Order: sequence, then structure tokens, then C-alpha cells
Amino acid sequence: MTTFRGANCGLGAKPVCSVFTDTGSNATEGSGGVEMRYEAPETMKAAVALLASDEHGRVLAGGTDLLVQLRADTIEPSLVVDIKKIDEMCAITRENGGFRIGAAVTGAELGEHEAFKSVWPGVVEALELIGSTQIQGRATMGGNLCNASPAADSVPAMIAAGAIATIEGPDGRRDVPVGEVATGPGRTSLRAGELVASFLFPEQAPRTGDAYLRFIPRTEMDIAVVGAGVCLTLDDSDVCVAAKVSLGAVAARALAPEAAAKALIGTPVDDAALAELSRAASAAAQPIDDKRGTREFRIQVTGVMARRAAETALARAKGA
Amino acid sequence: MTGVGELPETRSVTLSVNGERHEIDVETRMTLADCLRRKLGKTGTHLGCEHGVCGACTVLVDGRSARGCLMLAVQANGAEITTVEGLASRGGEWHPLQQAFHEHHALQCGFCTAGILTSMVEFLGENPDPTEDEVREALSGNICRCTGYQGIVRAVLDAAGRLRARNGAIAP
Ligand SMILES: Cc1cc2nc3c(=O)[nH]c(=O)nc-3n(C[C@H](O)[C@H](O)[C@H](O)COP(=O)(O)OP(=O)(O)OC[C@H]3O[C@@H](n4cnc5c(N)ncnc54)[C@H](O)[C@@H]3O)c2cc1C
Ligand code: FES
Ligand code: FES
Repeated sequence: MTTFRGANCGLGAKPVCSVFTDTGSNATEGSGGVEMRYEAPETMKAAVALLASDEHGRVLAGGTDLLVQLRADTIEPSLVVDIKKIDEMCAITRENGGFRIGAAVTGAELGEHEAFKSVWPGVVEALELIGSTQIQGRATMGGNLCNASPAADSVPAMIAAGAIATIEGPDGRRDVPVGEVATGPGRTSLRAGELVASFLFPEQAPRTGDAYLRFIPRTEMDIAVVGAGVCLTLDDSDVCVAAKVSLGAVAARALAPEAAAKALIGTPVDDAALAELSRAASAAAQPIDDKRGTREFRIQVTGVMARRAAETALARAKGA
Repeated sequence: MTGVGELPETRSVTLSVNGERHEIDVETRMTLADCLRRKLGKTGTHLGCEHGVCGACTVLVDGRSARGCLMLAVQANGAEITTVEGLASRGGEWHPLQQAFHEHHALQCGFCTAGILTSMVEFLGENPDPTEDEVREALSGNICRCTGYQGIVRAVLDAAGRLRARNGAIAP
């Protein structure tokens, strides 16, 4: 048996793979040229004031994206503001029959929240696809959204669920639909000094079900080639009265094609409706060609994922 | 920008590592894994990919497994950290997982082992009687390039039985 002492391993410079961050860097270990101040404020107000004081400041939640980028030298923040010490950002509370989830709540914590999980299983299954246990114990929905990767798994699920992002900034608080936060790879609509404080999942109508599915080349630890989130509501005669469909990894940001949702509304979500959903989802996709899938393949898979997610959402709406 | 000769920004942090309290100054950019290895000499925590994928650097932070390479040491301020060095008893008796890994040939070069052991401590704490499939899924965040995983899976299942017996549960 070979024995191997790892004492020196990992300290040398080596290429950094950018698979999870879309940063495209091949830089080496980030020893960092910029002095980086670290602050862990205990109030939202203090966090906003800190962020507003430094245009090169960054929010730090779980750090599972930020640390990779920091070490690859693709970002050089002069300030990081750790938001995990702010109570309201780590809280899960009920609000008007819905749930308010702090932006710093981890995927693992949300997955362990039985009440949330039973109402929004699709959101939880999306979060539980992020990395492995060791990533989920740190990673947050706020980070997944604000990192603004087109392939972020929780984002289509949140959009389908109709979640609202509550944003705090120097000018106070504003609420925007989750779909309006990311604007393109690595870009958000957040203004200087702003951060996402929490997400509101509004009260769910009876007989509603949600689901998220993605396609990846392996079963774990990879990013979506295509992701699809579906949320639908049935009336007492099993006719779909409301639906939202959101697609990830097939455009510069998550899409929410109206035509795909319309394919379900007013139908019993039968084969004909599902075929129409599939067609509309594929038609909406504007994917790129890369090593993880060709454009043509992604367009086809988009329809398949949307259909399968809708089938799961349907079963959940029926209480199965 | 840090000019030549200027000192990098540091912070004082308190870490409890394997039950021992340390108050140290760390650079704000230093990862927890580097801090454990370089500042505290806990070189049992290995660094492979340094971007969260391989699992070699996994440690327990307040009981939850986390990537040592994806956390800043300053983020761990006030936390209880367990590394592979903290798994054996004070008297030096191996943890049942370590014993099972030894017996089932669950390591060859050993580079992945510390991260797998810490991940499995958390996993068996949450799921004391897992199926083989559950063990395989729980291992998906740790890459081993030597063993082919068979011995690891057997060892984890065996350790689960030992831990159940040790904790007084009736083994099935
Ligand atoms: C091994 C590995 C596997 C991964 N697998 C997946 C995967 O399968 N699917 C997937 O979607 N992602 C994956 N990721 C990416 C990452 O884990 C997720 O995007 C995660 O949700 C990021 O959350 P975080 O809390 O760690 O964010 P951080 O790294 O702390 O932050 C990410 C970005 O968002 C900003 N930010 C964070 N919180 C806020 C806030 N409240 N307001 C404003 N800005 C904020 C930060 O400044 C930073 O720019 C993976 C990462 C790794 C390392
Ligand atoms: S070194 Fe941290 S996951 Fe590979
Ligand atoms: S024993 Fe060599 S990597 Fe697992």
C-alpha cells in the first residue's frame, strides 16, 4: 500500500476550473493584490451602510461561489460583508399565510424545515441539487440568485413559485419578483449598496403543486444543462387554473415563457396540453452551444424537462 | 491596493478546533483549510481542487460538514471545528469509522480519507442505519481516485452497525 502524506498538496499554483462559476478564468491561486476588509455586521442597517461606503464591496453569504471567484482572482473586493450574523437574514417566518425566508438561510436549513418543504417541495428539491451536502450546509438562495449564473438551480423554482425578493438599500426597502433580479451572467439589477434581504413565498392556493428538474451529464455535482421549474394550480374538477413555467440554463438568465404557462391553463394537463407545453418551452429556449450540450440538444431537452416537471407538479397538486 | 511591504489585512478570530480553543490573527483572505493547515498544523485536512469539488478539505463546522476551501477562516470565528485529528478518542482509540476503514481497505493513498471520514460522521449522525444506496449518495461529494469506492461503502455500512451497537441501539 502506498502511503501519501498530503502535507504539501494543494499549496502550489494550479489552474482553477470555472465549471460552477461561469467566470471563464484560468487564473492561479488567488493570493490577492487587493487588501480585503472583512466585516460581519449584526444589523441590516449596518450592512447596507457598509456596502454603500465601498463601491468594490461584496456581500458574503455561504461563500460557495464567492470564494471560488476570489481565489481565481476574477473578483477583487476591497470589502466583504458577511451577512450570516444578521438575525433577520437567517430567519424562516410565516407571513400572511406564506413564508418569509432570510437570504442567508442555507439550503440544508430550508430542507430540514418540514412545513416549508411540504408546501414548496419543488423549491426544496432545486436547492438540494446544489452541490453536495457539504455545499448545501453553506449555500444560500440569495447567493444562488445574486451570483446570477444562468444555470442557478433554485432560480427557476423560485420564479415558478412566484417568490418575491425583498431588497434593502440606502433608499430603503423594495420588493421585486425574483425573475427581475438577475439580468445576465454575473449581472443583477441591484443598485449600489443594495442587498437581497429575504424572499417572500406568498400563501399558496389550494391544490397547487410545484416541481423542479434539471438535466446534467452525471447524477451529482454538476451544473444544469437545462433546468425547468413548474408550479400549477387545479380547480375542483382538475382543470388547471394557474401555472408558471420557468427555464434555466437556456438563456442569459432564467426565462418565464408565457406561452408555456398558457399551454397548461384551462386544460386538465392531459397529453395534448403537455405536448403543447413541451413545444412552447423548446420554442422559448435560446441556449448556447458548449461542451456540456449542443444548442439543438438543449432545445429538445428543454421540452422534455418542462413536461416531466409539469407531470410531477400535477401529481403534487392532486395530493399524490 | 496593498503596496509592496504593506501588511495584508488581518483579523483576530477564536476557533475551537477538536475541543481546543485558539485565538489567532488570520489574513482576511485566508481559507479555513489553509488556516487549519498552516496556522494550526492540522495537516490531516487535505487540499485537492481548492474550488469545492473534490471534498478532500471537508471538516465539521458546528457539527455540519463544510468545505474548508470554500470558507474564510474569519467566517468560522466562534465556531467549533472538527478535523480528522479530532475523531479518535483522547486515549488514541480510533473512531469506529476509522477502524472500519482500516479493516475494509477503504483507503489506498489516503488523500481523500479525512474528508470522507468527516462527511460520514455527519451522515451517520443523521442516518444511523443507511442503505447502501444512501451511503453511495452521501459519498457523492467526495472524490476518491484510488479505491473504486467499494471498500469505502462497505466500511461505512460496517461502521454504522458498530456505532448503533455502541450507542445502545439494537442492531437489526
Ligand atoms: C462544488 C460546487 C457545486 C455547485 N453546484 C451547484 C449546482 O448544482 N447548482 C447551482 O445552482 N449552483 C451550484 N454551485 C454554486 C453555488 O454553490 C450556489 O450558487 C450557491 O447557492 C451560492 O450561495 P452562497 O450563499 O454560497 O453565495 P456566495 O458565494 O456567498 O455569494 C454569491 C454571490 O452573490 C452575492 N450575494 C450573496 N448573497 C447576497 C445577498 N443577500 N444580496 C446581494 N448579493 C448577494 C455575493 O456577493 C456573490 O457575488 C456549486 C458550487 C460549488 C463550489
Ligand atoms: S480542496 Fe476543497 S473541495 Fe477540493
Ligand atoms: S484513497 Fe487515494 S484518493 Fe481515495
